Order: sequence, then C-alpha cells, then structure tokens
Amino acid sequence: MELELRGITKRFPGVLANDDVSLTARSGKVLALIGENGAGKSTLMNVLSGLYQPDSGEILIDGVVQHFSDPGDAIKAGIGMVHQHFMLVPVFSVWENVVLGVEPVKGPGIMNAKEARREVRDISGKYGLAVDPDALVEELPVGIQQRVEIIKVLLRGAKILVFDEPTAVLTPQEVEEFFGIVAELKGRGATIIFITHKLKEALAIADDITVLRGGRVVGNADPATATPELLASMMVGRDIDLVVDKVAATPGEDILELSDVRMVDDYGRGVLKDINLTVRAGEIVGVAGIQGNGQTELVEAITGLLPITSGTIRFEGTDISTSTPRQRHAAGIAHVPEDRNHMGMVGSFTVAENLVLDSYYAAPYSRRGVMKGDVIRTSAEDLVEQYDVRPPLIDNTGSALSGGNAQKMIVAREFSRDVPLVICAQPTRGIDVGSIEYIHEQIVRKRDEGKAILVVSTELDEIFALSDRILVMYDGRIVAELRTSETTPTEVGLYMAGKAA
Amino acid sequence: MSITSPDGRTTIEPDDGPGASFFRRLTMATDWKSGFVIPALAVFTAFVIGAVIIMLTGSSFTQMIDAYLALLKGSVGSLRAISATLTEATPLILTGLAVAIAFRAGLFNIGGEGQLLIGGMSAVLVGFSITGLPWFIHLPLALVAGIIGGAIWGFIPGFLKAKTGAHEVIVTIMLNYIAYRLVDYALKTSLFQREGRNDPISKNIEDSAQLPKLLAWLDPAMKVHLGLFIALAAAVLIWWLLFRTNTGFEFRAVGANPSAARYAGMSVTKVYILVMMIAGGLAGLAGTGQILGVLDRASPGFNAGLGFDGIAVALLGRSNPIGVVLAALLFGGLNAGGQYMQANADVGIDLISVIQALIIIFVAAPALISAIYRVKANASATQISQGWGS
Repeated sequence: MELELRGITKRFPGVLANDDVSLTARSGKVLALIGENGAGKSTLMNVLSGLYQPDSGEILIDGVVQHFSDPGDAIKAGIGMVHQHFMLVPVFSVWENVVLGVEPVKGPGIMNAKEARREVRDISGKYGLAVDPDALVEELPVGIQQRVEIIKVLLRGAKILVFDEPTAVLTPQEVEEFFGIVAELKGRGATIIFITHKLKEALAIADDITVLRGGRVVGNADPATATPELLASMMVGRDIDLVVDKVAATPGEDILELSDVRMVDDYGRGVLKDINLTVRAGEIVGVAGIQGNGQTELVEAITGLLPITSGTIRFEGTDISTSTPRQRHAAGIAHVPEDRNHMGMVGSFTVAENLVLDSYYAAPYSRRGVMKGDVIRTSAEDLVEQYDVRPPLIDNTGSALSGGNAQKMIVAREFSRDVPLVICAQPTRGIDVGSIEYIHEQIVRKRDEGKAILVVSTELDEIFALSDRILVMYDGRIVAELRTSETTPTEVGLYMAGKAA
Repeated sequence: MSITSPDGRTTIEPDDGPGASFFRRLTMATDWKSGFVIPALAVFTAFVIGAVIIMLTGSSFTQMIDAYLALLKGSVGSLRAISATLTEATPLILTGLAVAIAFRAGLFNIGGEGQLLIGGMSAVLVGFSITGLPWFIHLPLALVAGIIGGAIWGFIPGFLKAKTGAHEVIVTIMLNYIAYRLVDYALKTSLFQREGRNDPISKNIEDSAQLPKLLAWLDPAMKVHLGLFIALAAAVLIWWLLFRTNTGFEFRAVGANPSAARYAGMSVTKVYILVMMIAGGLAGLAGTGQILGVLDRASPGFNAGLGFDGIAVALLGRSNPIGVVLAALLFGGLNAGGQYMQANADVGIDLISVIQALIIIFVAAPALISAIYRVKANASATQISQGWGS
C-alpha cells in the first residue's frame, strides 16, 4: 500500500508542530523520516496513527483520502505503529501480549489460548520473527521484545509499519538483525516508515529519505548519493562537522585509579566485579557497553553516590573510597550525570540556580551560609553566554530549556570548574546534532587542557569519536581494554554483547 | 507531570517523578496565575457557594446579604474587629509557616497540632514555674522553651523519615494523638495542675511571661498581642532562610528533586531532620503565643485545630511566606467575623468552616477554577492527558 500525506498542518498553542508537510511512502519500500528533536516527526506520526487530527491536509492510502478520528481507524486502515518505548505488559507471555485487545474467544468472555498461540506462531513463521509464544516478555532481550511489538501490529493487519527510533535500545548486533527483519517485511510488500535521527542507519536501509526541520519538510534525499554530512546539515540548517577534530593524546600522570572495585546491590547481586581502571591527565577514556551493564554504578561509585563493597578508588593518589559526594566534588571531580532531568538539574529552579547547584555552598557564591545573589547572577550571565545556552535567560526555569540546552547548562556548570577529573555519563543522550557537536568539542578541549576525562556512553559512534582508549563493560566487568586506533566498532560491539572474550 | 515537546518526543520530567510534581503543583505556585489569580478566584467562588448554601438553608436573599455584611463588619468593620482578626491570624501565620516550610522540602507536616501542644506546654511550664524574673528575661525564656518543645516534636518524624524512611504523614498524625493524650495526662499531674482543681487545667503563667497586649490601653477587650509581630518576623525570617541562604537552597532542592540534591552533594538526611525541627519550632511558637498572649494557662484542646488550619493556610498561601501571612489574615478575619455574624445575623458560624473548606478544595483543584472562569491554568490536568501540559 502506498501512503501519501498532503499538506499536513498541525498547530499547538504557540507552536506550529507540522507546517504543510507532504511526503510519500512507496509500496514495498522503506521511507526514512529524519529530523532533530522537535522537528515535528512524532507529531506527524501521531497524526498518522489517528491520535491527533490535523488542522489541515489529507492522508491518502493508495490514493484514497482517509479520515482517522481515533487510533482504531488508523489500525483498520492498515497502519501499525511500533513505538520506541514498547507497549508490552512485562509479566504477560508473548502470545498474551500479542492478542491483548483482540483475543480470539471460544465463547463469551472465554479466551481461546490455543488459537491465540497458533496465530502468533503463524505470523512469526511467515515473517521470520522467531520467538517463543509462551516466553514471558520481561525475560526477553530488548531485540526480541521489539519482535513481539512487530508481531502485534502484523496480527492487527498492518500493511504500513511505522517504526519510531527502533534502534535506540538495540545492541549493534540486534540492529543488524532488525535490518534483516525490515528487509523481510519489505520483501513481503509492507510499506515501512522509519523515524530516526541516526543518519548512518537511514542511509543503510532506506529507499527514500525525507528530512524535517522546524515542522516543515526541508527536502528529500537519495540514499544512494547522500552523505551523513549532507543529511546533518539539512537537519540542522547549517554545515555540521561530524568528525571530532582532535590530535593524539599526550597522557600525563594517573589521576583516577580504581583497583579491584566491587559493588553488591541491595539484592546481593554483584553489579561491579573487580573493576580495575586508570584515567590519566590529558586523555579521554571511553566506557562502552549496553545500558545496564554496570556503567551507572561505576560512575556513582567514583562520584560517591553509591558505596562500594570492596576495593579502592584513588584520586590524585589519595584514597577517596569512603569520601562523601561533597568531599569528592570539592577535591576536584566534575560530574555530568547520565540523567539530566532526574539528577543533573532541578527543573523548577532557575538557570542561575541550576548553574550553582553543586557549588552554591562555597565562595564566591556563598559567604557564612548566605548566598550571594549578585555573584551568582553575574557568573550565570557569563556561563550561558560562554557555553551558548539558548535562550540565554538566567531567570528561566531549567525545565523550560530544550534537552540540548539543558545539557549545555549542565556542561557549563561542570566544565567551568578548573578541576583535574571530569566524568561525563551519556553526555549527548537525546539531544540535537548541533549540541552534540558543541559538547564533543568542549570535551576534547578539556582534554587538551590536560584534564583526565572519563566518558560513559552507549553510543558507539560517540565512544569512537571521543575516546583515546576504550573500555568495554559487560555484566559488571570490564571485558576489554582497546586502543581506539587499533579496534573497530564491530569488535567493540561483540564485546558489548558478551560474545567475545 | 511531564512536559512533552510539540512533537511528543522529548519528555522532560522537571521533578522527581509525577508524584512529586503533583505535590509541588498542589502546594506551590509556579507563576502569578497559580500563585494569585487561582487562590483569589477560589476565595471568591467559595463565598458565592456559601451564599447559595445560606439561601438553601431557608434564609432570604436579604438575610444572606446581612450575614455577609456582618461577617465584613466583624472582621474589619471596627478597630475592635481588626484586633480580633489579627489575634486569630497570629497563630495561623505560624502554623501556616510550619506546614509551608516542610512543603518546600517535599514533606507534608500534618503534625502541627502535636508540635503546637508540646510547644505550648513547654512555654506554660516555664511561664508559671519560674518566678521573680524581669519580663525581658522571663518572656524570651518562655518563648524559647516553646520553640524547643515544638522542635523536639518535629525532630521525631524528621529523624525517622531520614533514617528509616518512615512516612512523615503517618508519623506526624500518630504524634498528634500522643500529644493530645500527653497533655491530658500532664494537666492532671501536680507539676502542671492548678492547686485546688480536679479538672485538667494548668497554673496561670506569671505576668512577667505574658506577651503584652498592644491595644489594651485603648480598650481592654482588644486582645491583639506582641505575638503578631513575632509571627510577622518569623515570616520574614523564613522567607530569608528559604530564598537567601544555603540551607534554604538545600531545602528547596531536596523538595523539588531529591536525586539532583544528592547528586549535588547535599545531605537529604540533614535537610529532612532540620526542616522538621524548624517546622516544629514554628508550630510550637504558635502554641506559645496562644498561651502567653491569649490564654495565660493551658487546658485540654488549647490547640483548637490551629495545626490543621495551618495546612489550609499553607495551601492557600502556596507555601510562600508572604502568601501564608495573607492567607492567615483571611482565615483570621473569617474566624473573627464569623463569631460576630453568628451573634448578629441569623447564620451560624459553621458556615465559616464550610467556606474555608471550599476555598481549599478550589485551591487544590485548580482545574475546577480554570473551567469555571476559563483561566488557562498551567497546571490543568485535562491538558496533561493530551501530553501537553506542564
């Protein structure tokens, strides 16, 4: 089935989310819809799924105008959505999840489990989506959970499949498998819309690419000829340099040393197992790994937010294993936390307050327990200017900033301190390309000033762009230490999946 | 609640989860609409519904107007009325602050009653048991005793919350019950009980511990006392503490986002204990003011629900010390005017409780006010369901 959008406009109070958007997804082809956060991709998707009604414009399937007043209409018309955050009931089995809401029945109110299992097996066999219908969803890896979502929409008769950031939660190997599934679906005549901000993936699997910016279609690109740089500049509206310029590192003395660090969680499970690592002045050490393999605990162990069970942590030669977060902060450890909204800032505080969130207690911001508002404000004015936080209004609340600008505010707070060690956890998660470029430049600049930098990221591209050395974490251990110049993303990917050792 | 960007993708959780931000929305203002317009409209609406209730209970339109005029006259119609309003407002300012400052740190202090009782009992003990001191030593001593008593009663839930995670709502409610019975018991002991009495009533405080009446030289019936200025000074001090000091910064950070506060090296434990001690001290001071300024002695029930009214005052005042003072003045006026109305118009003082309750319902449910007056409140729940609100 061919899907066409003509002149879709959707307005929210104060925001034109979609402005005259027209695009075509060809039958049996993959259309990649790319754009930054806030470009209007998801609004468009919600219009397509019947969640929003457009203010003007038309949706056509095979040339016939459609009217969706709710998501049920869109499903009936053959549109299926696979959301970034899966809509699965973790404690239900695969087949229970798949038939949820459309359960086959034997009689009034009596479910036909046998029939349901058969339907699930039929679809998984037909499309090569191998999955055990009786497995519990919560016990399945993320890649398999995604298959369950796909089976769900296929069971409901979807011929047009919309994927919202489908690879965000997958390992590199799972991404390859996912691409295989897409090819299979395509081969069976399904129309695929693939929403992403990962340019390389769009180039790899799309037949057509449509770029959105500020709610408008800014152009279409042919994947055969387009480059990531071209797509990035279309998305952002200016030239983007995706390669981080940096010279070879000249590491100095050891700044941070972890020896045999272990951590056991509340349930007695080992979350950090015999961690040994060193970060030297003037180098960037990247910690790669799939989310949930101990990286969060590693960062919190170093910053003092979680206690370690055994081992020692040395900072500039001093044992800080039992110091409080405040003591470590004061000793000279800066920390850009992985979750900016829950940890990195107080959303209801002003930008000025957030910029002193962890240094409010000391000179020059405070004297004898009283905060010096004028000093804090002057310093905040300087920082928003210097770190390009937009809008540069220090009395705005933190939650009013976009993700990228909130992250720049946090980077400003941590990087403006002249300290020997900077820990950056997921420094560019979920932010726009322009801000990523800027933050990466700042990290390299900090290294070139001779600071020790530890970057934790689940994005392999980011690890490779920044790191001088790469550590790979799997199941609470460091399973590999590699020089960036001597390894490949494939090799690191295998370590991340625990498949090489 | 989360803010979702126009394309529905970037979900920003400004606070520590939806529960925390609901709490903040209920207790704090984010802008002048939720800080001033909504409370003002809530008060207005409550009066309108109050009028309907008066007429539904068999009064005529003119009787309703007479009742409201009496209410106005009894609260601000004369110097004596103003004195009564200010006297009623004095403890409400303090119990309101006791709830508000805990709100700011993310805690719901239901324990104002108990803290007020223990504070008042400490003050009355110092007030009658020490004799022969000049007032400028005895009075401050009694005030400090009251603050310390309340602070101890606040320390208990703060400590249990910080060290064991025991929910402060449960603990403060239980401590209220303990305080009620403790007062009943203490007033029957020889330490407190007045000689020659069998009922639970304490000895009278010494004159040197009394809070001076401000206008008694004009008219002995005017009861407004120095406690009013102490309460106002406390409001200024709490405002300064919250918005100008390191400690206040920590309180507000912990209240808004405990994870971020911990990340920033603040001790959440310390904040919980300290803020509950300050809250308890404020409520204790409210009880002390009643003892030293109005009652001169303690008897069962001298708390008079002031601790609970403090919750209403803090909600209406949006946990802002200035708002708390204004809300306390309104509630003080309603209480004073209500007594006059009961005596001079054919409407009972129960109406005042109804109006006060309605005000709080409307403040707590801003979506109602927004719907009635078509004010676009930022905190409207209907918008959140569309993934669009704040």
